[in-house]
Amino acid sequence: MEALLFLGCTVPVRNLNYELSARKVAAHLGVELKDMAELGCCGYPLKAFDQETALLLAARALAQAGSTGLTVVPLCSSCAGTLNEAAHHLDHDPETRARVQDKLRPLGLEYRPGVRVRHLARYLLEEVGLKAIAQKITRPLNEFTFAPHYGCHLLKPSRVMVGFDDPEAPTSLARLIEVTGAQALDYRYLKECCGGGVLGADEDLAGRMAGRKLMELTQAAVTAMVVICPFCNVMFEGQQKTIAKKLGSEIKVPVVYLTQILGLAMGLSPDELGFRLNRVKPKELLAAFK
Amino acid sequence: MRLNDCDPSFKHEIARQPGGEGIKTCFACAACTARCPVGSLKPEYDPRRLLRLAILGRREEVLSSPLIWLCCSCQNCSEVCPQDVRCTDVLTAIKNLAAAAGYAPPSGQAMARQLAAHGRLLEVGEFENDKRAELGLPPVSEQPGDYQALLGLKPEAPRPAGEGA
Repeated sequence: MEALLFLGCTVPVRNLNYELSARKVAAHLGVELKDMAELGCCGYPLKAFDQETALLLAARALAQAGSTGLTVVPLCSSCAGTLNEAAHHLDHDPETRARVQDKLRPLGLEYRPGVRVRHLARYLLEEVGLKAIAQKITRPLNEFTFAPHYGCHLLKPSRVMVGFDDPEAPTSLARLIEVTGAQALDYRYLKECCGGGVLGADEDLAGRMAGRKLMELTQAAVTAMVVICPFCNVMFEGQQKTIAKKLGSEIKVPVVYLTQILGLAMGLSPDELGFRLNRVKPKELLAAFK
Repeated sequence: MRLNDCDPSFKHEIARQPGGEGIKTCFACAACTARCPVGSLKPEYDPRRLLRLAILGRREEVLSSPLIWLCCSCQNCSEVCPQDVRCTDVLTAIKNLAAAAGYAPPSGQAMARQLAAHGRLLEVGEFENDKRAELGLPPVSEQPGDYQALLGLKPEAPRPAGEGA
């Protein structure tokens, strides 16, 4: 199996443990993730200011990626949401598509409808499948409990993410956790946003959004929270100390990437999966792999 | 509120923006507000109220409001709306109009300049690629050419000291 990796802006600079574990796990599952040097920003950062330009940048990425004929696999939920929405928009609105084509043509690019974009988590669940993943599990994580954090753009808007999970009662990430033998925690704030989207506009608000989840999970004493997006990681891991201080609360929640626990369960070592770079160490988990 | 202060064409202006069409079908049930993770922590952020003000034509009040920038784009409101308003998309349309009217925070232009210079929001130079190489990750390159063309921005000469971003 081959797929095209879409790294985006943040992961290849700030979340090397995510990228490393994603590549290792994909290879272990027989998925060859191809790189493409031309792929840069997906356009998301400009959407609030000028969505026509943001759409052009997304269309450019889709045109480049589409030329390979491969499924495009982002690791970032914002990239996945933006590219899925753009492809949906371009495929269903010929007028917009024609307008965008006029801008891409001078660059020697053409958007051809039907580019398939799948966030890595969705790709693992649907295209690789739980059965194939289960066959690779050699070190079940039976003794651990993880709290899934779905975030927003893996699932929503559901009119675009057709045929995938139910955003009001999601199970996809829990199933990917449970395939390792671990428990997936259901909790009150399971479905809520990390707050990353408003970090720039109102840091205090963003901190309280992430904080209520972190406080709940501190009480629940989970092994770790499982994330699939670099921005969610910024809020829950990068900002964790700041949030604890601001809220005056004892907060201690290790944060890991889905691909890191899948890798451990497949017999890869913590070093190979970049655990050295995790800032809130999942001590209980790592102690079992010494 | 005086009717003379309202601009009845504002909702049509929003509806002409991509994703803005839904504003016309809002019947103010407040399902969006009930499901909003921002509003639940900051009650003055109320998507139903923002849409109501926009429908009433309170153009300047809406476009100049710092509250419109607090939408976290989580799309919860779009999922629960019985009228398929797609409130997140309507707010994006409103933010775009606010940006065109000069009310946007400066970060938008700063990000556009960054993309024109690097094709990425975060620069990737020798330092970053060395770190990647240590972990056995392949190098990443910057290819800003297309971004400059699509954004209509030339990469900037360094600004003289003292000038803000």
